[in-house]
Amino acid sequence: MKDTLYLAWRYVAYHRVKSAILIASITLIVFLPVGLNVLVTQSAEQLTSRAEATPLLLGAKGSPLELALNSLYFDAELTARTTHAEATRIDDSGLARAIPLYVRFRARDLPIVGTTLDYFDFRGLRVAEGRQIAILGECVLGAQAAKLLGTGPGGNVVSSPESVFDLAGVYPLKMNVVGVLERSFSPDDRAVFVDLKTAWVIEGLGHGHQDLTQPQAAGAVLGREGNTIQANASLVQYNEITAENRDSFHFHGSLDDFPITAVMAVPHDQKSGVILLGRYQGDEERTQIVRPEVVIRELLDTVFTVQSFVVAGILLVSAATLATAVLVLLLSLRLRRREIETLVKIGGSRGRVAFLVLSEAVIVVVVGGALAAGLTLLTHRFGSAAIRALLLS
Amino acid sequence: MIQISQLHFRYPEGDFALRVPELTIERGETVAMIGPSGSGKTTLLSLMAGIRTPASGDIRTAGTDVGTLDEVGRRDFRIRTIGLVFQEFELLEYLSVLDNVLLPFRISPALRLDATVRERAAELAGMVGIGDKLDRHANLLSQGEKQRVAVCRALLARPPLILADEPTGNLDPTNKDHVLDILFDYARSSEATLVTVTHDHDLLERFDRVIDFRDFYDLGIAPSGSPTTAAGS
Repeated sequence: MKDTLYLAWRYVAYHRVKSAILIASITLIVFLPVGLNVLVTQSAEQLTSRAEATPLLLGAKGSPLELALNSLYFDAELTARTTHAEATRIDDSGLARAIPLYVRFRARDLPIVGTTLDYFDFRGLRVAEGRQIAILGECVLGAQAAKLLGTGPGGNVVSSPESVFDLAGVYPLKMNVVGVLERSFSPDDRAVFVDLKTAWVIEGLGHGHQDLTQPQAAGAVLGREGNTIQANASLVQYNEITAENRDSFHFHGSLDDFPITAVMAVPHDQKSGVILLGRYQGDEERTQIVRPEVVIRELLDTVFTVQSFVVAGILLVSAATLATAVLVLLLSLRLRRREIETLVKIGGSRGRVAFLVLSEAVIVVVVGGALAAGLTLLTHRFGSAAIRALLLS
Repeated sequence: MIQISQLHFRYPEGDFALRVPELTIERGETVAMIGPSGSGKTTLLSLMAGIRTPASGDIRTAGTDVGTLDEVGRRDFRIRTIGLVFQEFELLEYLSVLDNVLLPFRISPALRLDATVRERAAELAGMVGIGDKLDRHANLLSQGEKQRVAVCRALLARPPLILADEPTGNLDPTNKDHVLDILFDYARSSEATLVTVTHDHDLLERFDRVIDFRDFYDLGIAPSGSPTTAAGS
């Protein structure tokens, strides 16, 4: 056996280009459908695990998928917004704990997530470095966000303007980084977390400016009428919240009317969850409440349907490739007919000669199969990390 | 070494048939077989080697009734007892010179490859002038070198019988002499029998005996109306 394997190896090594092509073909034939299946399964697990960990999501009427993607993965742009009053309403219902989310702004390409400290408790996010957000204008960074932004506690992050051509639009706010979170291998790693009020400041709903009662601002005062002071455009507005100007920041209007993108509702028990779901089923409501698990599963059903088409396509291509590989091997066998005759004439044993001439196919299939198995194992081992990176990018 | 009696062979397809009433070749004898193409010289070599089996008659090679052996027995017998040399060399292009010489020991459990065999292979290669090309692939050799490799392969198992089918047919005069010298030296030193098919009449004087297949036509042994050939001692 050792001698025959040696001869077989010499044959494959001598025809290394042909052998490499055949081995690559077999590897791809086996790996593509299997590896794709592993990747899709792992992607599904990644997506569903976060969805399953989020009981209920409430947002403005619209696409449940956009609501789920925006709130869970900070991914899709959500145009329809609800108000903070909905969070208050859920809290007041006594059925669930409300965690408001405002995911609209970005710092470079990273999402700025406006929320409350309850979010960190709910997701089990811990501060690895520095401390939690405590006052207006502070932010904590996800582990990967800190790396990408190249900053940490003591540094700053500036929110990105929504449009440089929109003079009335959102202006950048310089925020102080006070902490970096432990890595959670979730979309939270790439987020910049701020207090909900800081998010509203970014939107311009809250602002800080010179005190118009002070002499330094006298030049900006246009007129006074009772408690109302009118100012001109020369009034200095702050784009950074500091210890000195923090007290000047204020909000106009009721906070309950301020926008948020979603409310994560964490029911106190299963029954409360069912009641809460029922309360938002009416068509007259301007809001929707969804179970993210159901929404993501529907999305995955679509993905799996697409996957089955893709796999069918791959199998067809694989069959064609396999047929070509078999043809090449048969032609090779034909080309080796004279070699076989010589071996028989010399007195080679039937088994050794047969194995020798079939060795090319055997080695190609074994090596190709082994490579495919190795790639599948690698996909299984590192696929989830790659998918996480992909989902987080 | 070879005794043939009332041998009859016919290919399953076609009309060709070979009939050999009697033929004896002694141990240590060097024999050349000549005759027109298609007269059955190569077929007779195949029958002597047990590559083909006769329809009837006896053929004893090195004391063994080859016709009675089964397929496995004939292959084992051949690889141990007979060194075969072909006109087209039949080297394996993907093997080095050394691996080509060692080939019989790798393709049959009847022969055991060990360090002694390897040494002998290198020694044989050195003797025929290709000792410095052991690692070279066969397709990088000249025609004469290729045939010397093929001869080394045939001689490695120290066979008592060499069957050579036009071994010099593709060689220039210098290489012809060289290859024949190697075969004759081996036959002489090992008391081995050498049976060679050749069309080169200039070489015949080197052989102990020449069997001309045309003589047997004259004897009227061949049936008429078909390319049936008969040979006799």
